[in-house]
Amino acid sequence: MKAMMLAAWRYRFFIFSSIKTELHTKFVRSRLGGLWLILNPLAQVVIFAFVLSSILSARLPGVDNHYAYAIYLMSGTLGWTLFSEIVNRCLTLFIDNGNIMKKLVFPKIALPLIVVGSALVNNLLLFVAILAIFGALGHVPGMALFGLPLLMAVNVALALGLGLALGVLNVFMRDIGQVVPVIMQFLYWFTPIVYMPDIIPMQYRGWLALNPLATIVGGYQQVLLYNRAADWAGLGAIAAIALVLLAFSLLLFRKAGPEMVDQL
Amino acid sequence: MSGALRVEQLGKSYRQWGGEWRRMASWFAASMQPREEHWVLKDVSFSVSPGEAVGIVGQNGAGKSTLLKLITGTTRPSQGQVQLSGQVSAILELGMGFSPDLSGRQNAYHSAGLMGYSRAEIERVMPEIEAFAEVGEYFDQPLRTYSSGMQMRVTFSVATAVRPDLLIVDEALSVGDAYFQHKSFERIREFQKQGCSLLIVSHDRSAVQALCSRAILLEKGRMLKDGKPEEVMDFYNALIAEKENQKREVLHHASGKMQTVSGSREAVLINVQLLNAEQQPIEFVAVGEAVELLARVQVNADIPQLVLGYMIKDRLGQTVFGTNTWHTRQVVQEARAGSVVEYRIAFAMNLGPGSYSIAVALHANDTHLSDNYEWRDLACVFHVANLDKSDFVGTTWMTPTIAIRR
Repeated sequence: MKAMMLAAWRYRFFIFSSIKTELHTKFVRSRLGGLWLILNPLAQVVIFAFVLSSILSARLPGVDNHYAYAIYLMSGTLGWTLFSEIVNRCLTLFIDNGNIMKKLVFPKIALPLIVVGSALVNNLLLFVAILAIFGALGHVPGMALFGLPLLMAVNVALALGLGLALGVLNVFMRDIGQVVPVIMQFLYWFTPIVYMPDIIPMQYRGWLALNPLATIVGGYQQVLLYNRAADWAGLGAIAAIALVLLAFSLLLFRKAGPEMVDQL
Repeated sequence: MSGALRVEQLGKSYRQWGGEWRRMASWFAASMQPREEHWVLKDVSFSVSPGEAVGIVGQNGAGKSTLLKLITGTTRPSQGQVQLSGQVSAILELGMGFSPDLSGRQNAYHSAGLMGYSRAEIERVMPEIEAFAEVGEYFDQPLRTYSSGMQMRVTFSVATAVRPDLLIVDEALSVGDAYFQHKSFERIREFQKQGCSLLIVSHDRSAVQALCSRAILLEKGRMLKDGKPEEVMDFYNALIAEKENQKREVLHHASGKMQTVSGSREAVLINVQLLNAEQQPIEFVAVGEAVELLARVQVNADIPQLVLGYMIKDRLGQTVFGTNTWHTRQVVQEARAGSVVEYRIAFAMNLGPGSYSIAVALHANDTHLSDNYEWRDLACVFHVANLDKSDFVGTTWMTPTIAIRR
């Protein structure tokens, strides 16, 4: 494990340069450039805000902003985008990079690190854009914002732990690459991002506690919309699960690594 | 010692586990046995001493690329081990990790980073990379605007920017224009002089012979031969020509070299001689002397077509001249079993001083690759000496007429 980290450190220039390159190549030939990073998730927010605001906006007690629902949506989207980007990209990471893994010698751990780095940069840009929109809508988040980095860390740990394991297994069983997007879709709708938890009938609401994403996204909403502390007890438990998952993924990654190249 | 490489009993197998769950169990339980193993490389052992250049040849699927991958470490051996010391640089495929939308310079940074160099190191060698690639102002243009030759220039420059202790090259040298090919050869030779060991995979006979002092022939994942490039290449050529029911033998030639004879023996060479103007067999020839190559062929079976080809090779095994009676439109039709065909080929020995050999082949069509009756290396060995010409260097005598005006 230590050797893995040392190798990644030696390749830090490559990791940073890859993150930069990725950003650069994504936009170098588009007119709006980096704006697309933000426009995609925001477009989704706009759609939901238009379609659902009249139904759902009445259900946000305790917020006197007229745009409360839009703010709620954006807060949840910020958390979800980070999670889903890391999971989805890790899922096909080794398959996508099969060619260089076969031909070049470099620490493979650099690949997921690049994904995390680039997802974080994307997410920070989205965060800045959301803050600007909040400002325009007359909503100023409070001191609870300082809890956000920790929230992000838990989010990243969970996403990476899950994504890395799925990415490794996907090399050997390509069905995983097909089924995970479907599961992600379910997960998205099973997480209160678009709706509020209290519209779920009482008898099913308990199930929500089993969804770690509900707690994480809920944390984002608490922090960004209500300016309240997130559910740190719940998040602590999730962080512990995420770390165990991450350790397992790294073990899997190390054990399967040599054979992975032969399967690409 | 840096640049030394030792490969011991190296093998690579692809395993069939008969199910992914069994495979996964194998990661955590060492006792799992694979259902089936398919060996693509087995029992390969050799060593390369510092500064030595070794060529690896073999047909497609012989395991050359697998061997290189095992040595560079992109895949793990299933058996045996690789020991190497010093810095290794491998050009297994040019343009790996390059992005078409980045400029040559950005790609160079990125790709050097992928090779594990730090920013400071890359910045130090960047001017050198730019200068060597010689793509001018294109260096700051996106890579997609490059011609493939220009891309290859940049990638080669990056891959060889820092002198490694062991350089591994897979088929990469045959691209690019003649000028750059020369230049990259020069660079590799320069590395070699400075003590860098070299491992090259190539189908290009002249590249292997020009750069390597040793060659290894792989066939079906096994090491078939390890020796002088010339011998190994001859053996390889014979191997290509070999078909079923064909015989191949390696004889110790009088000159101490290995002689390869192969073919179906439907027609065989009785004797091959070099004759002078007096019809006397000769071994020492003067530059420019008129000589005759005599080849007598015994036909052992009825064959529809008989073509005789010959190839004059220099000391290093590079072909100086070669042709056959297919190209000269003198195919012998319907040769009957038991007949003898005599060939007399007259030419002037316009070669530079040195020793040469002639390989002779009997076959049915334009190459010896199909219907090879007999292929005989070193069928005739002779030495050329400069007796009456002005001093010159090189392998060819090109009668000069020099006019000087003052």
